[in-house]
Amino acid sequence: MKRYIFPAVRLTLVLIVVLAGLFPLFIAAVAKMAPGKGDGVTVMHKGKVVGYANIGQKFTDDKYCWSRPSAVDYNAAGSAGSNKGPSNPDYLRTVQERIDTFLVHNPGVNKEDIPAELVTASGSGLDPDLSPAAVEIQIPRIAKARGVAPERIKTLVKEHTKGPLLGLLGPSKVNVLQLNIALDDMQ
Amino acid sequence: MTTEILGVIITYALTLLLAWPLGKYIAKVFKGERTWSDLMAPIERLFYKLSGINPKEEMNWKQHLKALLTINLLWFVYAFFALLFQDKLPLNPDGNPGQTPDLAFNTAISFVVNCNLQHYSGESGVTYFTQLFVLEFLHFVSAATGIASLIVVLKALKDKTTSKLGNFWDFFVKTITRILLPLSIVIAIILAFNGTPASYKGKDAYVSLQGDTVNVSRGPAAAMIAIKHLGTNGGGWFGANAAHPLENPNYITYITEMVAQVVLPIAMIFALGFFINRKKFAYVVFSIMTLGMLCLVIPTIITEIHGSPAIAHMGIAQPTGAMEGKEVRFGPAGSAYWSILTTIISTGSVNAMHDSTMPLSGLMQMLGMMVNSFYGGCGVGFLNYYIYIIMAVFISGLMVGRTPEFMGHKLEAREIKIAALITLLSPFLILAGTALSSFILAHHPEADWAVKPSAWLNNPGYHGFSEMLYEYTSSNANNGSGFEGLGDNNIFWNVSTGFILILGRFLPIIGPVAIAGLMANKKFIPAAAGTLKTDSLTFGVMTFAVIIIINALSYFPALALGPIAEYFSMH
Repeated sequence: MKRYIFPAVRLTLVLIVVLAGLFPLFIAAVAKMAPGKGDGVTVMHKGKVVGYANIGQKFTDDKYCWSRPSAVDYNAAGSAGSNKGPSNPDYLRTVQERIDTFLVHNPGVNKEDIPAELVTASGSGLDPDLSPAAVEIQIPRIAKARGVAPERIKTLVKEHTKGPLLGLLGPSKVNVLQLNIALDDMQ
Repeated sequence: MTTEILGVIITYALTLLLAWPLGKYIAKVFKGERTWSDLMAPIERLFYKLSGINPKEEMNWKQHLKALLTINLLWFVYAFFALLFQDKLPLNPDGNPGQTPDLAFNTAISFVVNCNLQHYSGESGVTYFTQLFVLEFLHFVSAATGIASLIVVLKALKDKTTSKLGNFWDFFVKTITRILLPLSIVIAIILAFNGTPASYKGKDAYVSLQGDTVNVSRGPAAAMIAIKHLGTNGGGWFGANAAHPLENPNYITYITEMVAQVVLPIAMIFALGFFINRKKFAYVVFSIMTLGMLCLVIPTIITEIHGSPAIAHMGIAQPTGAMEGKEVRFGPAGSAYWSILTTIISTGSVNAMHDSTMPLSGLMQMLGMMVNSFYGGCGVGFLNYYIYIIMAVFISGLMVGRTPEFMGHKLEAREIKIAALITLLSPFLILAGTALSSFILAHHPEADWAVKPSAWLNNPGYHGFSEMLYEYTSSNANNGSGFEGLGDNNIFWNVSTGFILILGRFLPIIGPVAIAGLMANKKFIPAAAGTLKTDSLTFGVMTFAVIIIINALSYFPALALGPIAEYFSMH
């Protein structure tokens, strides 16, 4: 034991300096050249920071495209999913309530067309995206609230839809914050 | 959905494509052959000089274990006190408090043993100092511990008869300077350029488009997230782990992090073939592990794509599958693939909440951790598989009526006893732990702990039982993922999982190293016509059968009470 303790202490100190001190400092220095300079990529609107590109925001107003339900209410000082199991009766009641609320705010929508992501909470509680289908189903409501033709919004959604990586890998998505900024700019 | 499946296939293919040359390279490094990384030699010499280490001093298996256990004990003491007093240490821009003694105990052990259970949330439970100087540091050294102990076993397998198994410090340091650090730098830079924060700035605040005031946690996360995946550690910077949009901002980072965590476990299998010069043996091991992986991945992907039967019952659409606890940018296929790979290789980082996955997926995730050697953690994966091989050699030996031999050495009572004990250890720890917690839940629901037992479970019924079973399975496998609904930050869970973490880490390292060391000391017997061919596919299938039988016998009753019962209650 004694034979190993001194080398162990000294090696630990050396490695702490290199791995926990120098390595992250080096990455921070390189990240200065990255978008957002390593502080996180912010989104500006009318000269003000209105959010982070990758962090979802709460949108409950009818004139905005709604984000997904969140277990942390989109407060990014924390992050979490609901951790509700698929057979939990309380959880299933919550989902049912969300469906009912959605139907009240979106008259004319068929229940069987509501995509599940609009009534289920994301893993981080900060999901910035929606699938194109989940945005499209909200278009009539947004158009009515803003008093514009649904076609104009449809084009806007198309512009903001990001296809799979290289057109091949992963799902398509729409960044909700970017879309809502574009909606505000439209008028 | 096609692009999502394609994403998964390409991600796996890319992993293999990189694992092959990496395995070759790792074998060269530890054989002492020339590689590009010889340019690290002066740095290593400096490390040795500063530490008073002679890297040429040969150690036997007992000396290896002494060195390993000494330095691990040291890290635990350091981590425990740093976490306890983190509020008084520098680099705490968000003003987070110190950890309670039981939480610091659990966190320190959890990171020393490469598990990363995380009974705290990254945004509020630790500081930038402890994230980097304790947790991220332990990410590196715990992974290097696992790989170094595998190299000791490979050394013992390689030579005919020897007690000289190289130098532990040498294996350990080279793992860091020549494998983990260079690769981590590349991964961290990819992450930083895709939006993961890397600066030391604290929380930010802004007013959202709709007028809410919102805080955003940040910090030097990119470096930590790189090594947490590469070293199959899994403990993330943020509470939501790799589901957090700053930890894992897009599909490029998804592929990067997914490849990063799987590449070393697979590369180590290839490295084994090159190192002991038995490539066919390595291919058979790799094939069996891949078969096991596919048996778990395919049903999980199908289940998650189909969506939740309970939600289908409400009459809404599930075009993107089961979405509770999942992120849109990864989708159900990408999340299902991640959930199985992260459980079989002991990373335990999650890009979707496992607690909310379908019962069948939860079953597969738990099976992945119970077997714990379909690839397995970096280094330790093969050590676990090695124990299964010893059992398979023993049983085959009994069947053909010959003294069992493995790689030219007789396998005798002492080795079999060690292997049997290690095999029985896992079910003992998992099932005894779950039984104890169930007992307390049923008989002492109002016990006065930080979280009362009656409030432990986030879900009732079978799923609640699964939450406890999952927690102990994850602890024993040193995985670190959880059914996170479990209220686990209290003295009962912190202490009970803490002890299981220690036993589930060090005994499965000590066992294989001891067996390999004992066998390497024995006389070498050249292979003859009657020798059991351990590099044949037949023997591979035999090992697979042993794995299935041992795990089915051990865990079926417990699994039947949890995920299997929940499955039938929903269908």
